[in-house]
Amino acid sequence: MFNSSHQLSKGLIQQYVETEAYQTAIVNAATKQGVFEKVYSTNISYIASLKDVFKAANIKLKDDKIEDWQVEKYLIPLTKYSTAGPFGGNTNRAFWLSIVLAALGGLIYFIPDLSEMAGIKNDGIYHSQSTKGVSLKVRILFLSVALLYALWYSIFQFPLILFFVGVIGLIVFWVWKSESNFGSKRARSASVRASGWMGIAFGLYLIAFYVFLYFYPYYVTNWTKMLDPISKALSGGPATHWFLYGFLYCTVMIVMGVRMMIKYRHNKYQLVRTCSVLFFQLGFAFLIPEILVRLNQPYMDLKNAWPLNYSLFTGDRIDEMVGQGSEIALGGIGTSVGTIMLLWGVALTFIVVPVFTYVFGKRWYCSWVCGCGGLAETLGDPYRQLSDKSLRAWKIERYVIHGVLVFAIVMTSIVLFQYLTGINNFLVFSAGQIKSWYGFMIGAMFSGVVGTGFYPVMGNRVWCRFGCPLAGLLGLVQRYKSRFRITTNGGQCISCGNCSTYCEMGIDVRAYAQRGQNIVRSSCVGCGICSAVCPRGVLKLENGSSDIGERTTELKTIHISESDLKILS
Amino acid sequence: MHIVIIGNGISGVTAARFARKLSDNKITLISSETKYFYSRTALMYIYMGHMRYEDTMPYEPWFWEKNRIDLVEAHVNRIDFEGQKLALNNDTTIKYDKLVLALGSASNKFGWPGQDLYKVGGLYNMQDLEQMEKYSANLERAVIVGGGLIGIEMAEMFHSRHIPVTMLVRESSYWNNVLPAEESAMVNRHIMNSGIDLRLEAELDSIIDDGAGNACAVTTKAGEKIDCGYVGLTAGVHPNVHWLKETVLNVNKGIVVNNHLETNIKNVYAIGDCAELSNPIEGRRGIEAVWYTGRMMGETVAYNICGKPVSYDPGIWFNSAKFIHIEYQVYGDVVASPPDHQQSFYWEHADGDKAMRIMFDKNTDVVVGFNLMGIRFRHEVCEKWIKDKYPIDRVMEDLRLANFDPELYSKYESQIVRAYNKDFNRNVSLGAKGTWDRVFTFLKS
Repeated sequence: MFNSSHQLSKGLIQQYVETEAYQTAIVNAATKQGVFEKVYSTNISYIASLKDVFKAANIKLKDDKIEDWQVEKYLIPLTKYSTAGPFGGNTNRAFWLSIVLAALGGLIYFIPDLSEMAGIKNDGIYHSQSTKGVSLKVRILFLSVALLYALWYSIFQFPLILFFVGVIGLIVFWVWKSESNFGSKRARSASVRASGWMGIAFGLYLIAFYVFLYFYPYYVTNWTKMLDPISKALSGGPATHWFLYGFLYCTVMIVMGVRMMIKYRHNKYQLVRTCSVLFFQLGFAFLIPEILVRLNQPYMDLKNAWPLNYSLFTGDRIDEMVGQGSEIALGGIGTSVGTIMLLWGVALTFIVVPVFTYVFGKRWYCSWVCGCGGLAETLGDPYRQLSDKSLRAWKIERYVIHGVLVFAIVMTSIVLFQYLTGINNFLVFSAGQIKSWYGFMIGAMFSGVVGTGFYPVMGNRVWCRFGCPLAGLLGLVQRYKSRFRITTNGGQCISCGNCSTYCEMGIDVRAYAQRGQNIVRSSCVGCGICSAVCPRGVLKLENGSSDIGERTTELKTIHISESDLKILS
Repeated sequence: MHIVIIGNGISGVTAARFARKLSDNKITLISSETKYFYSRTALMYIYMGHMRYEDTMPYEPWFWEKNRIDLVEAHVNRIDFEGQKLALNNDTTIKYDKLVLALGSASNKFGWPGQDLYKVGGLYNMQDLEQMEKYSANLERAVIVGGGLIGIEMAEMFHSRHIPVTMLVRESSYWNNVLPAEESAMVNRHIMNSGIDLRLEAELDSIIDDGAGNACAVTTKAGEKIDCGYVGLTAGVHPNVHWLKETVLNVNKGIVVNNHLETNIKNVYAIGDCAELSNPIEGRRGIEAVWYTGRMMGETVAYNICGKPVSYDPGIWFNSAKFIHIEYQVYGDVVASPPDHQQSFYWEHADGDKAMRIMFDKNTDVVVGFNLMGIRFRHEVCEKWIKDKYPIDRVMEDLRLANFDPELYSKYESQIVRAYNKDFNRNVSLGAKGTWDRVFTFLKS
């Protein structure tokens, strides 16, 4: 990743820095510091020198400084094209020896499971250092570091820090207030025996990946270089770090999807569902947008609904869509592909999503279509048991997820308001500021660093359970107006706890099943694992319209009714 | 009023919960096994690494405080029925106004030589599990004596840790005093296919001492010696009442109770595995040591204690189990050797690990029971068919209503009905799909 030799040339600067004033300033500064003569053996030292160059150039430029985001924008190509890349420029060999070999290694590891009898394979999960989980203290440590990082970032943006501290303070206050009703006995939520060091190591690895990807993408150019041939074949352009992310995402999902299908090969629901998430990730999230670009149409993930796709209705996106792409005539009205795509985005959010959720529950999106859900159900499957099932966690979940939903709605409204009226300042914030905070806190920190990086620490659906505004919205539909429920099979529950343990959303399924009550929870993504791991055939995911208002009223294990008492007493 | 419950298994805990729902009395729950209620049926999953102990607790620790159910972690040494007092092993006494005995079971031992050695144990409570865990390190073979539900669980547990297992089953086929021949044969096959060494018609003769008080081998009645590092005794359970035999309490095999779950002593009740009904309803046994009846008794006894007398009625029998990977469900009466006036329709899938059996009356065609192997059926639908005395033809016609397998699973109803028409020379045609809306309409009809 870091090991590559770099040399800067004037040609590169002229090619990738648009403004002439900038070009001159950078070339001058680089000449002064002797950067052009030097050959750097790692990208770390090279990037450090480049940053010094930009700093010196900025002093010269005075009023018309190169902004931070421009620095980042220039750093990426200046790093990427100043080197031949790893393996002496044989990027193909690097690609085969890293990504492909790792994928094959994964497959070779899972394939022997086929020789065992089909059936539930959870043996030893709580004996393994990578899947047994960590103690509450380690969990809190991970969360605190993430929060501190976010605070540190927001300290440089004055109103944001107030907002941030306010929101955290409110959540802590609410949870503390509701917890105090329960006396001293705190909820069990994580094992008291700290261990799981392999899980911790894997979590740190994932977090590091996301931190580089989101905040320091110029360090991963050696990887994007490996993918240039594939990217050029698809979209025609070179690989960006987002292409790298998409490619790795798909590769990991395929490998771990194969694992999932081997593990649950006796369970058709799981097989079809896994194929579905793979199809939507590979096709809709990865290939179709790239091909759209190749066809000179706007880039769009056609299944990504607002507010998960939080930038869909922001001004710059609207400009990228409306009237862009090929002109087409639809029913005699001339329009463009971009306009239709934007209209589809509106229809997806306001018609398709609620209607499908009414018919099938939110599972149709969260565990059949969604990319975040897809990664959780494949890469995240070994960690599903680590979700916190305590009542306390449920309380935090409700405040946080609905808080994010409100934030997403407010942010979108302000940004749209600004776009439509042209009024840039809303109270003390500017629309652009609010959008960038949302992008940082929710888009990058929550869904990426915490959402995926915390798989081995807090389970595989941290983002979907606590953070995803779309999940929050779908959950409201599922809870109040949907045909979906998990039916409990009469009195057959033996309270063993497999369902709750393997619920990735941290739903205490057993609490309902042992009462003979059907399960209707806004967070349920309908993955079907509770039904799969139940040793007594108690749970079934079902849709039906006869009893929408009373899906949970019956308690099938209640043995004695009022009429029994009248007859017998 | 102070309600004291001895035993925090499913029966005792259900009694405590319902006593709280129905009254404001002081409730104390005593157990020396674990402080908090856990699900006994999940012991195997702790050993296999599917769950931790805390995952097997159906209620979080704050639940007991919130519901004012006092937990006492102690062993009851003696009960003074006259003074209505309990003497605990921590030198305290507890006075009660109502006493509920929910003492559970103990593993059967039939006087085998060596049965009390180290590295010999049953599987009923947390302490048994701790023993198993302790002796599992470097274990090269375990021998399991007894072919019942606990025996196969124990075999699966050792097998999950790649410890070779030999299962000695006295009968000619696994659990054939309960399962009909075909289902029993299916389980035999499944056990052997899993790689477990199943020995049928093999009876334990003695357990051999290694000289240090540990079991090191067993001998069978046929004279074979099998070396092993652990012997699991899983030849059934009996009520855990030996310590009450010399008291004024009426104890037969279990603590004798009437239909209100009252013992012969005023203010003392018995429920769950340890209770023996003096007058069970027709077709049912006096002692039924299963989870579900324990739960029903717990609920019933709470009503009786709280001044709402109600007779114990376990309803239509049901039970379930899992034989390694094959799930088993039973609704109503399906017995190994049915009475003369009953016959059964049995269907088995070609792959040999799914089956369905329906018992029905030869003369009236009325269905009396369902056995399912590897297929899930809906409890309430089967119960309604049995309760409302549906003839088998109507059940076959509506068979799709009962299917409870997860969505997208292969359905076998049309195969089953075809086989039924052929076997019994009938002409039933299968009804529409078993959607929830159709099931709902049927259940409300």
